[in-house]
Amino acid sequence: MGWFSTTPFLNVPDSTQITYRKSSWWKLNQQRLTPWIFLFPGLLLFLVYVIWPIFNSLYISLLQWDGLSPAIYVGLSNYIELLDDEYFYISLMNNLKWLILFMLAVPIGLGLAIFLNQTIFGIRLIKSLFFFPFVISQVVIGIIFSWFYNPRGVIGPFLDKLGLSNYAILADENFATYGIIFAGIYPQIAYCMILYLTGLNNLNTDQIEAGRMDGAKGFSLFKNIILPQLKPATFLAIVVTVIGSLRSFDMVAIMTQGGPYGSTNVLAYYMFETALSEYGYRMGYGSAIAAVLFTIMMFYILFFIYRMYQSEKKGL
Amino acid sequence: MKKIIATLIAILAMGFSSSFAGTLVINTDLTDPAPKAAFEWAFNKFQEENPDVTIEVNNFDHEGYKQAIRNFLTTSPPDVFNWYAGNRMLPFVRAGLVEDVSDIWSDTGWVDGNLTEGMSHAKKPMTIGGKQWGIPYTYYQWGVYYRKDIFEANGISVPTTWDEFVAACATLKAAGVTPITIGSKYLWTTAGVFDYLNLRTNGYEFHMALTKGEIPYTDPRVHAVFDKWDELVKPGYFLENHASLAWQEAIPPMINGEAAMYVMGNFSVALFKEGGLTNDNLGFFQFPEITPGIPMAEEAPTDTMHIASGAKNKTDAKRFLIFLSRADVQEEMNKTLGQLPVNSGSKVDPDPFLEAGLNMLNNAYAMAQFYDRDAPAEMASEGMKGFQEYMVNPDRRDKILERLEKVRQRVYK
Repeated sequence: MGWFSTTPFLNVPDSTQITYRKSSWWKLNQQRLTPWIFLFPGLLLFLVYVIWPIFNSLYISLLQWDGLSPAIYVGLSNYIELLDDEYFYISLMNNLKWLILFMLAVPIGLGLAIFLNQTIFGIRLIKSLFFFPFVISQVVIGIIFSWFYNPRGVIGPFLDKLGLSNYAILADENFATYGIIFAGIYPQIAYCMILYLTGLNNLNTDQIEAGRMDGAKGFSLFKNIILPQLKPATFLAIVVTVIGSLRSFDMVAIMTQGGPYGSTNVLAYYMFETALSEYGYRMGYGSAIAAVLFTIMMFYILFFIYRMYQSEKKGL
Repeated sequence: MKKIIATLIAILAMGFSSSFAGTLVINTDLTDPAPKAAFEWAFNKFQEENPDVTIEVNNFDHEGYKQAIRNFLTTSPPDVFNWYAGNRMLPFVRAGLVEDVSDIWSDTGWVDGNLTEGMSHAKKPMTIGGKQWGIPYTYYQWGVYYRKDIFEANGISVPTTWDEFVAACATLKAAGVTPITIGSKYLWTTAGVFDYLNLRTNGYEFHMALTKGEIPYTDPRVHAVFDKWDELVKPGYFLENHASLAWQEAIPPMINGEAAMYVMGNFSVALFKEGGLTNDNLGFFQFPEITPGIPMAEEAPTDTMHIASGAKNKTDAKRFLIFLSRADVQEEMNKTLGQLPVNSGSKVDPDPFLEAGLNMLNNAYAMAQFYDRDAPAEMASEGMKGFQEYMVNPDRRDKILERLEKVRQRVYK
């Protein structure tokens, strides 16, 4: 197949090519346009999959729509109903519980990381065992913990000894949420631990030695020399933990489905339940819940972006 | 190159030919072994009788189907799909996604004579706005499944009145046996209990009016139902921790002999028997009478087949629905399903539970579908949540019923 060797483009005299390029609009604007061309595919996807859905669901939140029949415009009535919905407040409170308790994963992860940051025989194996919860899928963890909590299951004998025989935490409206958070925090600790372990690997040994010479040891060495150096890891650990707690959908869906009677609902699951589940035909109401969740996340994300912007300004 | 084009044309031609008339696209969620086998038999039989039709089945996961149906009916409708009778099909009928099949029901000229004759008792749940929207092919009874040996050991005979029923519960409780097992994690089991209490306390007409939204949940007659329920909940006659158990997880206590009764549908028999119970120690009885003189209506959810309004091949779809309504076809399918054929011309397998069910339903005053099929989805979901909360906290009855009333006023606007 020799036809492409005679392509005319290769035979164009050099001089013409140069004059052609010089006068081209492309050449003049190349510097300005190139970044946009490279950004274009990403921006397009971002617009289609992120920006458009956000505005679309904000619009749907103003409708009364079952997803099948024609929609009716109802203004803010979905939001007004939300103010008078006790399940909504339960979900909001549960989100708050998740947010606060999930933060425990950060110090526990740090503790584990320091504990595992030793050089003894077989430590790699032990470290990888501690990674496991993070590797296992959330679904599997949820299922295993529900078995674990079953009073006829593993913890039955222990509960009997505590005088709590036949106590099912997932059926108790007051404590079921804590049971789910405990299951959710289990992989999150491993995640934070990984972040801190990599942070600990990059510690500046000069600083530690200098600190030692100046007499710092124990907790003061940790607090004044090591922790400041772990600041990037801490920041990242907090960010992923907050995000993890806000998207706490899967654990709830698997372990209780929001039950008993809505007491373990979180906003993300309540949204799914009203709009998309077996009996959920209220797209508008679900979207209104989504809008509230979005607003809460937006506060946090803006704070996060502001912090990043500030620290980058300092760094430059 | 020519070869590639030729192949492409061939592939395209094949693709097109498969969507020509003569192909019948059926969407189902029949992934459980028994329904799957029953429908495989039906598909083969239909194809045998109609060699000009090719059946194309899209089988969905049972839970996923409930979400998928909204998408496929609006975007790429099949010819035939399975669903449920009553209000469960209302959103789709209202949105104009289901084909009106009243002609099949009324026309006597169809293959197997008059449909209304054999299935008149099932016509009502298939009717919305005076028209029929599908064909029922199977149904099953609800009632009380119980351990015969435990009843005998405690000197209890099958209760037929409410007082006998409560007394039986008290005897069992005193003997250290949980009288009634239930797993309410997925909520709907509570609706079975509520439906029967309401059907027996206030009767079929009231129950239907309530699920149609015509009666406030704060009505004294609804409170009367909960008074009866109190008699079971307050002394602790239901299984502990039921809110954390799926309906299947409430079966082992009964198999172990820790519990004696289960208000359930006939589909549970398979699971009881898998767990080791036999016809000797597992029994069935009709939910006992509460208000004397009220005609006994029963809970009998019906599974149905429908034609999508966007179907490409409506002729063959109707042929399939007519085929499915035939007595011989329903008889054979329900043998595999272990359920009751809707067509009264079909014979039922000699199984004590099916025979008891058929006998009960043939004498039933009327049949309810189930709370979540009679009431619209939004009301059903809130209602069942309320029932579960009540069963755990009977003291909150007033608050729950007020909340349900608020939901009713919104849903049935």
